[in-house]
Amino acid sequence: MSGGTHLENANPVIFQRSGERLLTATDEDEDVHDPIDDREIFDLIRSINDPEHPLSLEELNVVEQVRVMVNDAESTVGIEFTPTIPHCSMATLIGLSIKVKLLRSLPERFKIDVSITPGTHASEDAVNKQLADKERVAAALENSSLLEVVNQCLTTTRTT
Amino acid sequence: MAADSALLLSLVEEYVSGLQDSKAKDTARGVKDGQFTVLQLVEALGLSLTSSQTHTRARGVQLLSEVLHECYGGLTEREVEVLIAFYENRLKDHHAIIPPVLQGLRALTKCTALPPGSAVSMLRSLFQDVHVQSLMLAERACVYNMLINLMETREAELKGLGADFVFGFVQSMDGERDPRNLLLAFQVAKTIIRRGYDLGKFTEELFEVTSCYFPIDFTPPPNDPHGITKEELIQMLRDVLTGTPLFAEFLLPLIIEKLDSDVQSSKLDSLQTLTACLSQYEHKDLAEFLEGLWASLRREVFQTTSEKIESAGLAALTALTSCLSRSVLNSDSEDSLCTFINLVLEDCKHHLSEPDLKLVWPSAKLLQAACSGSSRASHLVTAAVMPSLVEQYNNRTQCAHRRTLLEVVQRFIQAVKASPSTDNEESAFLAFRPSLCSMVFSALTENNDSLQITATSVLTSLAQQTGLLLDSDIELAVDHLTRLLLMEEDDRVSLAVVQCVGALAALHPAAFITKLIPRLKNEMFSEPMKQDDDNDNKASEQQSHHAVRQRCLSALAAMSTQSSVVQESTPVLLEVLSSAHTGSVDFSVEEVVLACRSLQRIAEQVQDTEETGRCFHEIIIPRLLSLALQAALQDESSDRYSPLVEEVVLSAIVPVISTSCSRLQPTLAGQTASRAVSLFLDGDVSFLPDNSFPSHIQLLKKQQGESWSQSQMVCLLMGCVCSLPRSVEVPRMDHLLSQLEEMSCTCSHPLSYTSAAKCFAGLVNKRAQGDSLDGLIQNTMKRVCSELDSASSSVRTQAFTLMIWVAKALLHRYHPLSTALTDKLFSLLDDAELGPMAADGFSLLMSDSVDVLNRACHADIRIMYRQRFFSENSAKLVQGFNNAPQEKKPNYLKALSNIVNKLPKQVQVTELPALLSLLLEALSCPDQAVQLSTLSCLQPVLIDPPSALILQLEALVSRLLALTSSPAMNVRIASLCCIHAVSHFPVHEVLPFRARVLRALARPLDDKKRMVRSEAVRARAEWFLLGSPGGR
Repeated sequence: MSGGTHLENANPVIFQRSGERLLTATDEDEDVHDPIDDREIFDLIRSINDPEHPLSLEELNVVEQVRVMVNDAESTVGIEFTPTIPHCSMATLIGLSIKVKLLRSLPERFKIDVSITPGTHASEDAVNKQLADKERVAAALENSSLLEVVNQCLTTTRTT
Repeated sequence: MAADSALLLSLVEEYVSGLQDSKAKDTARGVKDGQFTVLQLVEALGLSLTSSQTHTRARGVQLLSEVLHECYGGLTEREVEVLIAFYENRLKDHHAIIPPVLQGLRALTKCTALPPGSAVSMLRSLFQDVHVQSLMLAERACVYNMLINLMETREAELKGLGADFVFGFVQSMDGERDPRNLLLAFQVAKTIIRRGYDLGKFTEELFEVTSCYFPIDFTPPPNDPHGITKEELIQMLRDVLTGTPLFAEFLLPLIIEKLDSDVQSSKLDSLQTLTACLSQYEHKDLAEFLEGLWASLRREVFQTTSEKIESAGLAALTALTSCLSRSVLNSDSEDSLCTFINLVLEDCKHHLSEPDLKLVWPSAKLLQAACSGSSRASHLVTAAVMPSLVEQYNNRTQCAHRRTLLEVVQRFIQAVKASPSTDNEESAFLAFRPSLCSMVFSALTENNDSLQITATSVLTSLAQQTGLLLDSDIELAVDHLTRLLLMEEDDRVSLAVVQCVGALAALHPAAFITKLIPRLKNEMFSEPMKQDDDNDNKASEQQSHHAVRQRCLSALAAMSTQSSVVQESTPVLLEVLSSAHTGSVDFSVEEVVLACRSLQRIAEQVQDTEETGRCFHEIIIPRLLSLALQAALQDESSDRYSPLVEEVVLSAIVPVISTSCSRLQPTLAGQTASRAVSLFLDGDVSFLPDNSFPSHIQLLKKQQGESWSQSQMVCLLMGCVCSLPRSVEVPRMDHLLSQLEEMSCTCSHPLSYTSAAKCFAGLVNKRAQGDSLDGLIQNTMKRVCSELDSASSSVRTQAFTLMIWVAKALLHRYHPLSTALTDKLFSLLDDAELGPMAADGFSLLMSDSVDVLNRACHADIRIMYRQRFFSENSAKLVQGFNNAPQEKKPNYLKALSNIVNKLPKQVQVTELPALLSLLLEALSCPDQAVQLSTLSCLQPVLIDPPSALILQLEALVSRLLALTSSPAMNVRIASLCCIHAVSHFPVHEVLPFRARVLRALARPLDDKKRMVRSEAVRARAEWFLLGSPGGR
């Protein structure tokens, strides 16, 4: 990042990262079936990098565990994310990164729904529509420069 | 004489016209041996030197130069003078002759007999007649070497040349491109600057001609024979550029400019160069660039993407403030440090009042870097920053904000500690002591874990500021820590509190002795309330009482670093053990073990003084032995068992004894050992306290019936005699060894016979080389083998245990007889009964044992014994595997993976190709233990895969993928880890597998165990990035 670049939001609010999920005795027990729960989904997306800052979506409070809804039995996942500012031009990109991360990390049976937290972005409907449209998501991932940025967001830079 | 001159003429002839290069050496030898003189050589050369053919002249001069190169030491001043005059003259000659002329001159510069003035004249002609940069590489090097030689010996003369010398050099190196020559040229420039040559009006020229290489960007060609590295060039150039304050006005703008670069390495180089030059500069050199430098540094830290650059930027800021602090103040000049600090404060301070925004940390780091520049800077910064931090802490209500503020405060305290301050100066925090203390104490009472944890570390930092805290503060701190120790249930908080107790007790022992220890003792010995009838309630209460005791025990261990504290804390721990033994206070077995661990920790960390040595050897160890003996002699019919007969307790006492014997006061340790020997051999109990023992104790003799409570005490004997420094003798060794052997071969109680075997092995390992040792081993071996060979023997397991421990003892010290024992072990892999045990035995052979035969016990352990064992035996193992019947093969695979697992990674990588097919076979072996141990040996190798592995990629990947559906969770996890590692192989090798792996990994994403799923997610994510834009 050279001196010339200007960030949309140079001094954002930083939130604390949650610690690693604590292992319980049932996690180690071979015979117990661990269901896929909110925290597990949140752990998948919280470490995604922000496209602008060297910070994770969790640290910027773009994703929160309370905004993750999962139903393992019915195979559905719903995520709401909150852009840091209402005019954030990166919202679609962030949504796409979350969606791609889940597509790569969840069993095929899941239906994945990613949308903006209601009332937090200027063009909420447009972004939600784009993210819900399977064909547009697929087309976006054909675009190699877009895929490059998404992959950079999904590259693990550090461990939590 | 005539013969000599004829010889000389023929040599010259053959060299000049015959073009035989070897003749130069012969001629040089002749001159060296005194066969002919240089003058004669010149005479003989006569015609060649004056020939009209340039190549003949060149050959002639070259012969002379080469001879001089060998023989410059023997020249007289007169000869040198003539030769220099000749060579100077030749510099004007045809360009083909210049190379040998320069060689000759270089040889002459090394002459000690160089007449005065000749250096100057040589250089004048050189600079005048030769255009260095149009010469070839080697000749340019020749010129630089001449300068280096002359600067070494004729400094005064060269300085007489004044700025002309610098100008000549600048002209010579202007445009140099070869890194080898640059190193030489930089060395000349560095000497010019360091030795104070007059730069005159050529300062800027010298800077220009060197700084044009900054920042260095150089990648050596592959297989570079010259071995020049980028780092070497960077360091040399940095030495030149930062060598003199005269360059400041040119260098600083250059650095500011280069910091704007997008190339990370040039930013880093600029920052490091800035840090380096600041150690030479004064404030007047910096004055006009301060704002520009600050703007660049601020930007690098505020917007950094790399930690390296951030820390280099902070280091530069520290250097900058300490440079400004060095300057002497004049009455008329403004205080530049003050001005600069104000600049920093202006840009950073307001960010500290927004503790939830991103820039709070970069700002804090910048201010702290400025702080650690000098003690004056730290006073200025803390005076400006602390009041507002304290005020904010008091006004904010959110714990997260308060914690950030507290962490910022702590960094300031540490930054000030790092800054060099003189002893008599008062701490920068003295003025804020009351407010800081009340802040910390209020945070300690806050009901928030992370706030409390941060507060404990701030407290530690405050206590480490010498002379800052008053005794009353410490007492208050002890009160708070006591309360937290007794009340706080969160593990992380209690860990932090215990650490804080340890750090504070090392600095202020008195408060802990008088207040904390009695209080902890009280709490531990109080019984949990009994009148409660409700069972649930009772259970949870007992639980929390146990947790309190646990924290008390670890706090007692943590605070005992000073001998005065140890004198007070260890009696409490011993009392825990004796009350547990008598049953007067109800301590659980687990608590007793923790008390032993605390004693062990104290023995590990306490300073080794006479006083603590006595405490351990004359009080603690006899007391421990006495308690254990009382417990062992207890009437079996009595309904109460002392916890001190439990195996876990005894195993926890062993390290207390062995740590004290290995690290505290060797003479006293020797005394302990000989007392222990007489206790175990003769039943001599005279040194034990509470002496009411029966007179006929025989601890090493076979006991009646199945009783093992006395025989198992042999593990304590092991603690006493096996960990002594090798200089300390164990008395009555032979008798002791024979008793131990007898016990280990006959006793039926596992702890007893294993401990006896370990003790035997520990003594054998340290015993002096010689016939008596060999005889002893051979006897033992005979006995062990006869037991092992008789299939009906009832003590085969015992014999096996003794054998493997003795084998380990001998293997560690490279004793030649170890081979016989390990060969026996290999043969047992085929044994129906002992086969699996033998396979596991290899893991014992190769790993470090905790209680005996390790370096802490002063055992004789040669370096690389594992590699040696492996290289001597891997072939046997492979051969054994191939010949073994199918049902025995898993034993071999297990043995192999046990051995390979413990090898250092470098060895694994080199040895792997030979074993790869066997390891791959092991992956498809149905035994899960074998699969798991093979996966764990493969995993480190996969990080940097050898080419043999890449050739077998197909087999590897398909076996790993098959294991992801293993019934065992650990195998699934380990195989997914390996698949993850494979994704980092060279892209072109693994790309063909991408689709297949991604498909196969879809299945474990839906695994029923979460840990497997998360490993699968990690691996699959990496494989997705492979070959994808923005990925890899």
